[in-house]
Amino acid sequence: MSQYDVIIIGGGPAGLTAGLYTARARLKTLLLEKIAPGGQAAVAWTIENYPGFPEGIGGPELMERIGKQAEKYGLEIKSGEVVKVSPSSEDERFKGKLEKVVNTEKEEHKTIALIVATGTRPRKLGVPGEERLIGRGVSYCATCDGPLFKNRKVVVVGGGDAAVEEALFLSKFAEKITLIHRRDELRATKIIEEQAVSNPQLEFLWKSVVTEILGETEVQGVRVRNLSTGEDLTLETKGVFVYIGTVPNTGFLKGVVEMDKEGFIITDENMETSVKGIYACGDVRKKLLRQVVTACGEGATAGFAAGQYVGKWKDKKEI
Amino acid sequence: MEIVLNDKNFEEEVLNSELPVLVDFWAEWCTPCLMVAPAVEEISRKYAGRLKVGKLNVDENPIISAKYGIQSIPTFIIFKKGKVVGQTVGAMPREALEAKIGEILNESV
Repeated sequence: MSQYDVIIIGGGPAGLTAGLYTARARLKTLLLEKIAPGGQAAVAWTIENYPGFPEGIGGPELMERIGKQAEKYGLEIKSGEVVKVSPSSEDERFKGKLEKVVNTEKEEHKTIALIVATGTRPRKLGVPGEERLIGRGVSYCATCDGPLFKNRKVVVVGGGDAAVEEALFLSKFAEKITLIHRRDELRATKIIEEQAVSNPQLEFLWKSVVTEILGETEVQGVRVRNLSTGEDLTLETKGVFVYIGTVPNTGFLKGVVEMDKEGFIITDENMETSVKGIYACGDVRKKLLRQVVTACGEGATAGFAAGQYVGKWKDKKEI
Repeated sequence: MEIVLNDKNFEEEVLNSELPVLVDFWAEWCTPCLMVAPAVEEISRKYAGRLKVGKLNVDENPIISAKYGIQSIPTFIIFKKGKVVGQTVGAMPREALEAKIGEILNESV
């Protein structure tokens, strides 16, 4: 078992920024990442609202830069999916002061402070046909699969920033994009909405929901219900891109820290969770705005706060 | 080492292969494909002699990509004696990919 000052779970913008701060504070830090650093931001085709890049910057490039910056200061990054977090030895001198044990499938690590930055994953529609047709026309990543739909008709489900941005991205390839949204107006940032409305390849189906995805071995169409009239229609399509929100990756923390009913982690303004020494930052937190810039800001706060906690622990001060 | 597959050599390298073959359908613009690439490379080394690992660029090889209905990448397909015996879509941890391979090779990982 290896011992760290800080373990960070998740290598998106929040986790990497936390690691940048703890590494610069000379804290022995390990970042555990399930697949590869970058997170959801790494599949963003372009990020136009990250300050300092007036011409925009590609998600992969921005994430590579943040990763490099953290590693330059000594952040150790390992691949591994965390399956369990548990408090181990309770130090009786300080009530509630717990050392944490982090388990991946193969390893066990001990740490004084823990930062959870595991982000979210796309929410599924939960309609018939969806599971069967994942990878066969059903996709949750337009930047991954969009170019495979050249000159095809596709639909995008959702009406927030992600849905509209990805619909715009798809318009580079697909012949026509129908955006299906349950409300009668978009919920995207105005500037994104303006681009969408003026794009001739985009069509909108308002107050509508997808009730079924059709096709045996590949997507052939979708069943759509109009919520105001109750009428059903079938729309022919080869691709269904789903952007109806996200689900937090917090299953492994159930019963450890306080969460809201959807599983987003509740923290105070210093990113500390209901357990002392466990912090959360980025998309996985219960909060108003999920962006790279907010993830980075929270990562910095979590890293700094974790550093203070580790300092007190080592000095045997009251926490 | 992974072998580079294309529309021309697919039959010989994959369908006629004595060893089971893991095919990674990918493209350069696909970030998740690039994220799993190191894991795929590691697998090709670890299973050398038991499993052949090949990469097929979907942009450059439309015939084979269409034949197997690739509409999301990365897609991993495992072939055994010319037949599809396993398929999975999307980036995943190396351990998860190995578990799938293990099932098919009938060995624990």
